[in-house]
Amino acid sequence: MTTQPDKPLYAARTPIFPRRVNGFFRRFKWWIMAVTLGIYYLTPWLRWDRGASLPDQAVLIDLANRRFYFLWIEIWPHEFYFVAGLLIMAGLGLFLFTSALGRVWCGYTCPQTVWTDLFLLVERWIEGDRNARLRLHKAKWDLHKWRLRVTKWVVWLLIAVATGGAWVFYFTDAPTLLRDLLTLDAHPAAYVTIAILTATTFIFGGFLREQVCIYMCPWPRIQAAMMDPDTITVAYRDWRGEPRGKGNVKNRKAAEAERAAIEAQAAGAGSAFYAGTPYPGQKTPPSTPLTMATTNEKGDCIDCMACVNVCPMGIDIRKGQQMECITCALCIDACDDVMAKIGKPRGLIDYLALSDEPAERAGAAPKPLWRHVMRPRTILYTALWLLVGLGLLYALFIRSEIELTVSPVRNPTYVVLSDGDVRNIYDVRLRNKSGEDRIFRMNLSSEDILRIDLEGKDTLNVPVPADTTVLQRVYVTARAGDPAATGDTTDLRLWVEDLSAQVRASKATTFNGRGAE
Amino acid sequence: MTERKTDDVTGVETTGHSWDGIEELNNPLPRWWLWTLYLTIIWGIGYTIAYPAWPMISGATSGVLGWSTRANVAAEITEHEGRNAELVAQLVAVDMPALPQDPDLNRYAIARGGAVFRSNCSQCHGSGAAGAKGYPNLLDDDWLWGGDIDTIMYTVRHGIRNTIDADAHYSEMPAFGDILEPADIDAVVEHVVSLSSPTFDAALAEAGAVVFADNCAACHGEAAQGDRTMGAPNLADAIWLYGGDRETLHNTVEMSRFGVMPPWGPRLKEADIRAVSAYVHSLGGGE
Repeated sequence: MTTQPDKPLYAARTPIFPRRVNGFFRRFKWWIMAVTLGIYYLTPWLRWDRGASLPDQAVLIDLANRRFYFLWIEIWPHEFYFVAGLLIMAGLGLFLFTSALGRVWCGYTCPQTVWTDLFLLVERWIEGDRNARLRLHKAKWDLHKWRLRVTKWVVWLLIAVATGGAWVFYFTDAPTLLRDLLTLDAHPAAYVTIAILTATTFIFGGFLREQVCIYMCPWPRIQAAMMDPDTITVAYRDWRGEPRGKGNVKNRKAAEAERAAIEAQAAGAGSAFYAGTPYPGQKTPPSTPLTMATTNEKGDCIDCMACVNVCPMGIDIRKGQQMECITCALCIDACDDVMAKIGKPRGLIDYLALSDEPAERAGAAPKPLWRHVMRPRTILYTALWLLVGLGLLYALFIRSEIELTVSPVRNPTYVVLSDGDVRNIYDVRLRNKSGEDRIFRMNLSSEDILRIDLEGKDTLNVPVPADTTVLQRVYVTARAGDPAATGDTTDLRLWVEDLSAQVRASKATTFNGRGAE
Repeated sequence: MTERKTDDVTGVETTGHSWDGIEELNNPLPRWWLWTLYLTIIWGIGYTIAYPAWPMISGATSGVLGWSTRANVAAEITEHEGRNAELVAQLVAVDMPALPQDPDLNRYAIARGGAVFRSNCSQCHGSGAAGAKGYPNLLDDDWLWGGDIDTIMYTVRHGIRNTIDADAHYSEMPAFGDILEPADIDAVVEHVVSLSSPTFDAALAEAGAVVFADNCAACHGEAAQGDRTMGAPNLADAIWLYGGDRETLHNTVEMSRFGVMPPWGPRLKEADIRAVSAYVHSLGGGE
């Protein structure tokens, strides 16, 4: 019972040296990189005046004081459902984009992709393009190599420190923290966070790169499960490109003549000239039709390897859909460039829906893009996304500056006083979300049968300082013999009114009588 | 030799495992993954050296860093006590009736007192302070010995009818089973019932009123309104410590009651006594 492995159990990473590429998608990705990195690095430095008692940072996650500030919005811990709602929207948005456009998140906006792209930019700038980097990779570790490598690592490290540094600025006042960081007065948590994020940025962006996508990240599997034949994704038109070959430009005229002859001979054979679409990772290409073996006819692919050389994942898109592909579209740019040079139409590698394959193979026009995008699935995702979004907006706009929560004390459910009156106790939390000190007046419905008193106060007024919550013990009493006192439960509503702003808020609760005692 | 299978499409050897016809490929793992595994093993060994880990016959290895959850808790308690030192000093010095005039100190005292109460008092008075039969409800407005803050504090400090503290509240109700005829007890019970209940035997209650005036009014007062100087309960109100039904009242009269509360002066810190008094005072019945 022995097995002799003919290949090792563990494989070393094959280094990838993506070549620089120019084109529409590359330019689009530069813009996205500039915008996303710009948002990430600059947001903590935006200011927003909220008055004297509140921080003036536009976006601030104030963990110590349990507040989240976003421009004019201030979220308290009990309003965390806003964050939950945003996460649901982010999830639905991912479903929508993935079902419509495949792994666009991976290819364009995932931090792993963006930072790796930035690190590759630095790498190219210091060590040169693909061929120079390949040579350097194979070269001995001499002074030249050390100098280039160390320069590259230092620049990477600076980017990584800036990345970790920018993160902590979201959690406290950025200018103050920067000063504290530089004078070594900042909290250890800030340094530890920066150190961890520096390390992950440096290692993930510089060395692990595609390994993160292939082995660590769960999204590719989840996203792949959300794609269907109508999803627009990056694919190779093998029916146009195959059989590939170096000489297909030179031989075109001969091929055309030959093709005409063959078509005349084998009338009805039609589109059987081309090989079928290879499966992912197919070992041997499908056999070519016999009639093709002897011809000069070649597909549009000249096997120049441009699409492979620019790929940051190190795959060959011509092999078909692969789990490594992040649909960064750089192979489209590379191939379009080559097609332009050899006088062929662009789009041998292109964004296309796999459901169009039979039509395109038969020479018909593919369905228009919008018909792939507008499907019940995507419409449903959009509708759900909008529903959650509008719900959150509605919740945001009906928020009051004052709020109360009522926790009836249920241990015991009621207290009998010496004169036989029945009292219920409520722990009421009064929130003043404005930037000024306010006085709240408590009151209740059904004043004719129930009396309200506040613990430790002769009046019904509760002063609540700016941006705080005050816990007030509230007593509601029913007279002995009253139906509320002798009955089971009575509904009531506790009101709170801001005397200066004329704003009211209320909460419904119940009053427990002695019931079936 | 086991038979080795190869996946037709990819040409990769399979593990032989198959789910719904989908076979598991046997691709090599990335080597950095292996190194990460080794690294975590080394980290794990280092961790068990640095921190308490290996079980021994008594206890466990203590770890070279000397880390201990108990020591951490003790340090955290000390740290918080240090932070609260100023408030504690103010609480110990404050004139208790004036406590509510300092809202911050009052809030601190009530919060601290709540913790003290739940640890030390809830066993008898209940975690919600609603009491139980024989253990007074601290939420209502009825007090045996007095409900102002200073009296509550005195009660907490010295207790009731205990043999430990000479200053404890003390009084003793005689067991009237040795003194009164059973018929008289029935009569006086009916009289007490008549004070707070609409349904009673008027003739019997009238007879009981005489018994009451002769035997009970000395402590409970002529109108049975009670007397806080000796902890004699008000018998005319709606609140009963042991129960207000005739059978319970009969028991009480016949055999007496002798509720005991220990003194907390020797057990609690001064700040805790003051805090728990402030807490009890804040529950709804404070006078």
